[in-house]
Amino acid sequence: MFRKPPDRPDAIEVVVEGVSLRVPPGTTAAAAALLAGLPSTRTSPVTGEPRAPYCLMGVCFECLLVIDGVPSRQGCLVTVRPGMTIRRQEGARSL
Amino acid sequence: MNEDGFASGCDVAVVGGGIVGSAIAYGLASRGLKVTVLDEGDRALRAARTNFGLVWVQSKGDGMPAYMRWTRRSADLWPAFAAELESLTGVGTEYRKDGGLVYCLGEADLAAQGRKIAGLAAQADVFDSEMVDRAALERLQPDARFGPDVAGASYCPHDGHCNPLYLLRALHAGLALRGARYRPAAPVSSIERREGRFVLATAQGPLEAGRIVLAAGHGIPRLAEMVGLPAPIKAERGQILVTERLQPFLRLPGSGIRQTGDGTVVIGSSKEKTGFDDRTSVAVGGRMAARAIRILPALASAKLNRTWGGIRVLTPDNHPVYAQSATHPGAFVAICHSGVTLAAVHASEFAAAVAAGSLGESFEPFHARRFDVPKAA
Repeated sequence: MFRKPPDRPDAIEVVVEGVSLRVPPGTTAAAAALLAGLPSTRTSPVTGEPRAPYCLMGVCFECLLVIDGVPSRQGCLVTVRPGMTIRRQEGARSL
Repeated sequence: MNEDGFASGCDVAVVGGGIVGSAIAYGLASRGLKVTVLDEGDRALRAARTNFGLVWVQSKGDGMPAYMRWTRRSADLWPAFAAELESLTGVGTEYRKDGGLVYCLGEADLAAQGRKIAGLAAQADVFDSEMVDRAALERLQPDARFGPDVAGASYCPHDGHCNPLYLLRALHAGLALRGARYRPAAPVSSIERREGRFVLATAQGPLEAGRIVLAAGHGIPRLAEMVGLPAPIKAERGQILVTERLQPFLRLPGSGIRQTGDGTVVIGSSKEKTGFDDRTSVAVGGRMAARAIRILPALASAKLNRTWGGIRVLTPDNHPVYAQSATHPGAFVAICHSGVTLAAVHASEFAAAVAAGSLGESFEPFHARRFDVPKAA
């Protein structure tokens, strides 16, 4: 669905759902998840239906991800760092 | 407005379309009376949309056993009331009656709560709460991990909680199905008595009614004096925090922490004298969050989605006032902050009394004359 930009020497390696991926610096976690080709990035805690990043500007909360083990982070507001782990969020998190 | 009979009058006009007014109106309409509910608009102060959602028995009625019994009766009626609303309207209120807790932080707090419980138990035989130690508390809330300061709690099996927004929606749907008319954006500016009936001037024109019930919270005082009713009301702000949705881990609601049917955790309940200023403050919200985290440390990692303030409708002694007018027969007033808890008795016993035309002796303890200064010592 999304075309991956050409690789570059300063690319940052992140791990999306266990798969390594090189993305340009400044990429957001939500964009990395989209580039990784995930069909959806979370399921709704209310209906269970699959969801994916939508507004990409911090408003809609559709892009909630588990980033470096911390759930419910808005992926579109988090810039990638080397070695960042990004996972889907299934339903409501548990404390 | 004449096409739906607004000007042609009704048996009872209920002023106030929040949970208190709607429950009373629902009860009246269910008894076959022709009812019109007059409400303000979206910008009204509306405790019905800001409250915590408890159906709460255990701490009510200190100094007024009649209120303790009234609250308990409502909690007893709530299961059938919620079931009736849901089967009639299709709107569930998420009501659960698993009991409720007041958490105690430290031994001194636990002892103080124990004395409070003992004091309440001495006032009415209907009182039914007990102190539980930490081990018993952990058995009641098996999925919660409590902080080291939690010494125990008081527990009442009659407590419960619901979603107050669904309750309001169910009541409004029930009103329509029972033939009552609901008028939003129709604040009342004056009430006159004319040939044995009331004429209410509203923003949508006059409405004639055989009886009136003032149930408009802080909107009551201005109207009450027009019909010889007392209106001893004070305002108190409460703030609420709500978290993101979480997997269920709190089976029982607590006095300041409950998990809702959709998984959010609601944290309350502050008390501030700020008049009608219903804004929020970081200072108060921070204190509420800090206390919640002392009780349940895992909440520290939960994200807050929203915070809001609401204005409680309180009387000088915090107990309800129900009264009928001596100078304007047929005018009634209901003032209370426990609209959710008391919804079941408002829809049944209070509505039945208004339908019968008189509050009768059982409502005597609730009259506002209890605030009158004695004339002689």
